[in-house]
Amino acid sequence: MRYSMLIAKKEIKSFFDSPAGYVTLAFFLILTGWFFANPLFLIGQADLRTMFNVVPIIYIFFIPAITMGLISKEKSSGTYETLATFPINDSEIVMGKFFASVGIIAFGLLFTFVHLITILILGKNVDFGQFISGYFGLLLLGSVYSAIGIFGSSLSKNQIVSFLISLIIVIFFYLIQQLVIFLPQFLSAFFQYISTGYHFSNLSRGVIDTRDLIYFFSLIYGFLFLSTKIMESRKW
Amino acid sequence: MIQILNLTKDYDSLRAVDQINFNINEGEIIGFLGPNGAGKSTTLKMMTSFLPPTDGNVIVDDLNIYDNSKEIRKLIGYLPESNPLYMEMTVYEYLEFVSKAREIPESKFKSVLKKTIEKTGLASVISKPISTLSKGYKQRVGLAQAIIHDPKIIILDEPTSGLDPNQIVEIRELIKELGKEKTLIISSHILQEVQAVCDRIVIINKGKIVADGSTEELKAGFKGRNRLHINFIGNANIVDEIPEKIPGTKISSLEKKDMSSEVIVEYSSDSDFRPEIYQWIKSTDIILLEMRREHVSLEEVFHSLTLEGGDSNEI
Ligand SMILES: Nc1ncnc2c1ncn2[C@@H]1O[C@H](COP(=O)(O)OP(=O)(O)O)[C@@H](O)[C@H]1O
Ligand SMILES: [Mg+2]
Repeated sequence: MRYSMLIAKKEIKSFFDSPAGYVTLAFFLILTGWFFANPLFLIGQADLRTMFNVVPIIYIFFIPAITMGLISKEKSSGTYETLATFPINDSEIVMGKFFASVGIIAFGLLFTFVHLITILILGKNVDFGQFISGYFGLLLLGSVYSAIGIFGSSLSKNQIVSFLISLIIVIFFYLIQQLVIFLPQFLSAFFQYISTGYHFSNLSRGVIDTRDLIYFFSLIYGFLFLSTKIMESRKW
Repeated sequence: MIQILNLTKDYDSLRAVDQINFNINEGEIIGFLGPNGAGKSTTLKMMTSFLPPTDGNVIVDDLNIYDNSKEIRKLIGYLPESNPLYMEMTVYEYLEFVSKAREIPESKFKSVLKKTIEKTGLASVISKPISTLSKGYKQRVGLAQAIIHDPKIIILDEPTSGLDPNQIVEIRELIKELGKEKTLIISSHILQEVQAVCDRIVIINKGKIVADGSTEELKAGFKGRNRLHINFIGNANIVDEIPEKIPGTKISSLEKKDMSSEVIVEYSSDSDFRPEIYQWIKSTDIILLEMRREHVSLEEVFHSLTLEGGDSNEI
């Protein structure tokens, strides 16, 4: 854990040291702001649901962009070799990268609180239960996508390839729900269960259900586990 | 202190390291010599637990790389061949990161850092981003990374490759200094490189150890293997009968030229077959032009050992 934090800190620092990091984060904030402000100006409507609908879509591009270099860069530059010959386990390295991504996402989410303040200033009602559980959901969803992104990053030395792999997997988990209506009933229940949107929608409505938590944590664990195995195999 | 036992590594179908065995004693400076692609880096990567072996083991004191990888890694400082560094960090930031990864207590960091940058001569660039440093200084940063935790064993993979002559001299001096108190393993594909700093040389070729001994031993061992150059006119094929007529000799090469031919006859260290060979020549109708026994340098040892199809296993 200590090592994971060390690696997470190194990654977060390097993210904020690079212009690319700022640009990525700025995009995130501008996009959420734009999607949030649009209905506000057009129809004078703004509520948390806008955030909860929009952020998952932005995540699809935003998170693979954050994670793409996390492992692939260490592989292409050879620094993974030094790292792995320190007394650090591959699992600790992978966890560190994951924490870094989740940390950056949490930071981005923190900035979207401005929108919440806008809602409050406009005198609308904010359901704080829904607010807490929705943001918790966004963080969990971000964590799942981060784990997928780490997995993508562990598969290639090339950042762009890593980005595309993660993007495809994330889109798969996101879109499944949209496909559900085309499927026969017995399949649709299954596909609904594996879609991230279905589980997130419960949280964004303010319902915290252990089944959803189990779903999110299993995905996180699964992808981080696979990433660790890939790194341990040294066949990359 | 370090035992390498039957260590083997396959990359898919390629056997990069083939059942190698050697021991390293405490305090020794070992030169691990071999041409490119011989399997040096692969061996070092297995010793440092970066790559899992296909077969065999590496034992350090009473630890082995399967059960005690972490403990062994703590004892080793390693500079990989490509000297990978986090280019965006400053030297200070990098060494701070390494010292944390190496579990150096925060309270000791200042003094450890001071000692390390003194040894490696990094004081003047300590706050510069690594990306802005010259190749020689980057190499020093790599070395600093390898020694910061005061490891008992230091493994340097081709530490001077790609440096200019002045930088090579500087890094060599640093390495000599380190060798005074540590067990040091340095790989190289350049003989002079290891000759300059090492007590003992282990030569690897095509994944196999082909020679192992002190610089002196290797020289002596090979000088004993006499090479007799015989230059003559006449039917060249007749020399094929030398090994039959004079047991203990063998033909190592035969070169036919327009006028004359040259054959190189080799024989083992403790005998001198010159009289017998001269007798044999007299019994044939070839005309002897020249007969010369060769003085063999260590460099030649290296060359002949690593030559394609060379008789490496006889030493
Ligand atoms: N990751 C790898 N995958 C496949 N083959 C490799 C890999 N690394 C090295 N090799 C091959 O293994 C052999 C030994 O390589 P290496 O240990 O790097 O030799 P050296 O360090 O002595 O130059 C070479 O033929 C090389 O091409
Ligand atoms: Mg090498």
